[in-house]
Amino acid sequence: MRPFTYERATDPRAAVAAVSRTGAKFISGGTNLLDLMKLDIEQPSHLVDISRLPLKNIEELPEGGIRIGAQAANSDVAADRRVRTRYPVLSEALVAGASGQLRNMASIGGNLLQRTRCPYFYDTAAACNKRVPGSGCAALDGFNRVHAILGASDACIAVHPSDMAVAMTALEAEIELLGDQGARRVAIDDFYRLPGDTPHIETVLQPGEMITGVILPAPPPGRQGYRKVRDRASYAFALVSVAAVVAAERGTITAARVAFGGVAHKPWRSVEAERILTGQPATMANFRAAAEAAMAQAVGRGHNDFKIELAKRTLCRSLAQLAGELRRQL
Amino acid sequence: MIGQALNRVDGPLKVGGRAAYAYEHWEAGQPLYGFIAGATIGKGRITKIDIARAERSPGVRLVLTHRNAPEQNAPDFSITSQYSRAFPVLNGPEIHYYGEPVALVVAETFEQARAAARLVDVEYAAEAGHYDFAARQNNAYAPKKVNAGLPTDSAVGDFDAGFAGAAVKVDQRYSTPYYFSQAMEPHAAMAVWNGDDLTIYVTDQILAEGRTCVASTLRIDLQRVHLISPYIGGGFGSKLGLHHEAILAALAAREVKQPVKVAMTRQQIFHLVGPRPTTSQRVRLGAGKDGRLVAIGHDVTMYTNPEWEYAEQTAATTRSLYAAPNRLTRHRLTPLDRQRGEDVRAPGEAPGLLAVESAMDELAYALGIDPVELRIRNEPARDPERDVPFSDRRLVECLREGARRFGWEERPVSPASRRDGRWLVGYGMAAAIRMHFQGTAKVRVRIGRDGIAVVQSDMTDLGTGTYTILTQVAADALGLPIERVRIEIGKSDFPESSGSGGSWGAANSSIALHRACKALREKIEHSAGEPGDLEAEGEVAGMWKEPAYQAYSIHTYGAHFAEVGVDADTAEIRLRRMLGVFAVGRALNAKTTRSQLIGGMTWGVSAALHEEAVVDTRTGAFVNRDLAEYLVPVNADIPDLDAIVLDGFDDKANVLGAKGLGELGICGAGAAVANAVFNATGVRVRDFPITLDKVLPGLPLAEA
Ligand SMILES: Cc1cc2nc3c(=O)[nH]c(=O)nc-3n(C[C@H](O)[C@H](O)[C@H](O)COP(=O)(O)OP(=O)(O)OC[C@H]3O[C@@H](n4cnc5c(N)ncnc54)[C@H](O)[C@@H]3O)c2cc1C
Ligand code: SF4
Repeated sequence: MRPFTYERATDPRAAVAAVSRTGAKFISGGTNLLDLMKLDIEQPSHLVDISRLPLKNIEELPEGGIRIGAQAANSDVAADRRVRTRYPVLSEALVAGASGQLRNMASIGGNLLQRTRCPYFYDTAAACNKRVPGSGCAALDGFNRVHAILGASDACIAVHPSDMAVAMTALEAEIELLGDQGARRVAIDDFYRLPGDTPHIETVLQPGEMITGVILPAPPPGRQGYRKVRDRASYAFALVSVAAVVAAERGTITAARVAFGGVAHKPWRSVEAERILTGQPATMANFRAAAEAAMAQAVGRGHNDFKIELAKRTLCRSLAQLAGELRRQL
Repeated sequence: MIGQALNRVDGPLKVGGRAAYAYEHWEAGQPLYGFIAGATIGKGRITKIDIARAERSPGVRLVLTHRNAPEQNAPDFSITSQYSRAFPVLNGPEIHYYGEPVALVVAETFEQARAAARLVDVEYAAEAGHYDFAARQNNAYAPKKVNAGLPTDSAVGDFDAGFAGAAVKVDQRYSTPYYFSQAMEPHAAMAVWNGDDLTIYVTDQILAEGRTCVASTLRIDLQRVHLISPYIGGGFGSKLGLHHEAILAALAAREVKQPVKVAMTRQQIFHLVGPRPTTSQRVRLGAGKDGRLVAIGHDVTMYTNPEWEYAEQTAATTRSLYAAPNRLTRHRLTPLDRQRGEDVRAPGEAPGLLAVESAMDELAYALGIDPVELRIRNEPARDPERDVPFSDRRLVECLREGARRFGWEERPVSPASRRDGRWLVGYGMAAAIRMHFQGTAKVRVRIGRDGIAVVQSDMTDLGTGTYTILTQVAADALGLPIERVRIEIGKSDFPESSGSGGSWGAANSSIALHRACKALREKIEHSAGEPGDLEAEGEVAGMWKEPAYQAYSIHTYGAHFAEVGVDADTAEIRLRRMLGVFAVGRALNAKTTRSQLIGGMTWGVSAALHEEAVVDTRTGAFVNRDLAEYLVPVNADIPDLDAIVLDGFDDKANVLGAKGLGELGICGAGAAVANAVFNATGVRVRDFPITLDKVLPGLPLAEA
């Protein structure tokens, strides 16, 4: 048996100190970590349970934003009135993820750090650079229907599975971290890394650092929406998803945010699409131009070729939907 | 009593967690836990196996491999039913399929056994195996028979000439993937030796066959084997026979002299239990301009394990479905290095009707005839290949009643013509047909001084409601309230039946029970005044011995109607509503009947839109081997689905007028959904399942 020890952390600093042991790992809801332990993919020798730390609150910030504690349950954040009214894209993304039972258990910090759903990552008999660095990537020439079309490398074509993180990317969230060197904040777009040659290093989190919260700046102007495309109506990961925020005045887009899920090793912010949209009339032709720009660098690996066109269409529809809502709002 | 919507008599036990399943029996004391280590190649041989690390691992009591496993009998392939054959495990260094057990590790806890199983070091000499069905289709051969002893080929008239001369033709190929049953309860067994007697708590649909399999594998006397399976968490064919779990538990328990239990993990089930074979089907339909078929051809190719041949009867019901003077059906098998194929709910009809009923829709479209009307026009007066009368054929009634209730006349006649917001809306329909089988069964009923009737048989309840319907049949025949009937099933020491499978269990055991009760009543009458224990037996013969089954073509029927929405931008396909109307003879319990039918229809939706076990053709492994990746519908996918059963009684089938229906719901259901997708979009996908990536290229770009 792979024995491990377990302790329940009493405060954030103690948690960080406790996790400095080699082989130690944080556990929050455990909905991802425990599965991976049973499959022998994660092999911690010590678990530091941080699920009871007083990091569950959602607080308003003076500049108009909010701070979400890392231990807040996914379902509580989705249901929070302030989140629902001011950050609907986040609420929608959370509710689109997993199932009711899982969302009740899952924490915000754990959701950000959930591992990929690449089937070869789950199969200890398959080559996988993310699981065993240097062993190869079985997905490259294997069954890669759910894999990345943007920002991938020859070492890894996995995607990040979180819905929530895609919405947070569109909202320009900051991740609040605590380590033995103290606290720091990292913009979510800088938090995640592309696979490059080191797909096993997924974020800029330093060993022993803990996520204590997520800061959402004041909501950007405009309408927000999250659209998740999947193989069944519920309880399936995104093939492609889009988090978008659109502001317009008299039919002209004044500001836009676009992030994709299911297409890359991290939530994929498309500044190219945003640039094309800003200052342009809200027409399908311009939405399509933005979609083309967003996917200009996209490459399929065979089974996932369809994602390129799917991502474009999903973006166009999301933008059209938001623009329509804006028009009706007037 | 018979026919009433009686609640499940075992319901409170189940929802209260008091019904013990195979892995949950404690009466034999603390068991040890076995965990299977599986091969990580698809073909080749073990060149080195080192168990030292596993043996030293905490709690480990035994590591069985091919080097120390006792000798077992080889399967005798001349035995027709594959589930009665010996099923040896760990019987040599050769690897025949991915995941094949290479070791069983037995330890004091499940976690210890699992961890130690990972420490078994195996080296292989891998050989190039054949795993790619598409690439091997040209290697197909004709089996001697197909499943259920049905003929491999059939021919009537002159198909080639008939088809060549037809005014309107459909000639298409359809493919279906590997599908799995994946019952909620995994394959599990606990073996307990008591001297030379072996008791195995199993999860097994046919105990008599399971017992034969165990006895012959282990080379022990049949009378020494006792199988116990009172509750089963679903089987759907995957538990018609025992698998590695039962044989490994028995071998290990004998070795360690303590009970041993073994359960497969969900991932292991994908490699150790047989899938429904993947198929490629060519359907050719030739018709006159009036829609009358002049030629029907159905050619099926599927994979088989090279040794354990399994041929689903995919084209068998095509032989009885529609009238046409010129006909042809053929089954071919291509060997792959893959575990054996096995029966999965509605073997044959499920994939076969996906193809044939899609083709009928294509023909209706080509002719410009209402698909319901097209089927009615091709209704045969007699079984078109056997040339015998039908018993109780009510397909047309199902079609008409379904069309009326569903509002079929509201359908969008031309494809891609109706829109509801973001959804393209389409209607589709398909016919359902399934052969009714009858197998042998014996049932004993005993009445004691307490006035309680006790019914005993080795029959099983998969969760379908056997306890409940047998209670109803006995109460009805004996004139007792249901509280005075006790059903004892799921023990191989009880009178032998053919178990549950092929939808025959309900009728088989009900008829035998009905007869047993009649005999008991006679005894009671003759023993007037003398209270005491009385007992009687009843039985039913197999269909091969019943003249009615030679004289008539006996089937169940139905019609499915589905409405789907397809997202105009993303091609996501969602069922909006579905209705099935069925003719099954007499329904024994309205509630369990409906549950079986709507469950089957849901399987049909799944086969059309969701399910597919994907093979990595480099290794032979199934890639998406868990229930997060092997998709089946969730509640949100099945918004509004209903089944209607026509009142009936098939007097040719048996004295109770009842026929099997557990598998009927799935028959044709997927095709109704597929046809609705075509109607919604104008895109015809013939490679199942119909996922959005296959529809997307056919959808125009949005303009606004
Ligand atoms: C069947 C299934 C379906 C799912 N479907 C979806 C879906 O559709 N969309 C989606 O987005 N997600 C989905 N999920 C994933 C789910 O969202 C995650 O499992 C969950 O969010 C993880 O949160 P947790 O608190 O349980 O994390 P844990 O399992 O406890 O931890 C996950 C990882 O994060 C680390 N960690 C946790 N908290 C912290 C912290 N505060 N600081 C530093 N490290 C930390 C742990 O060490 C571990 O490595 C699904 C999961 C399952 C099992
Ligand atoms: S894509 Fe990444 S996670 Fe998947 S097998 Fe390749 S390296 Fe591993």
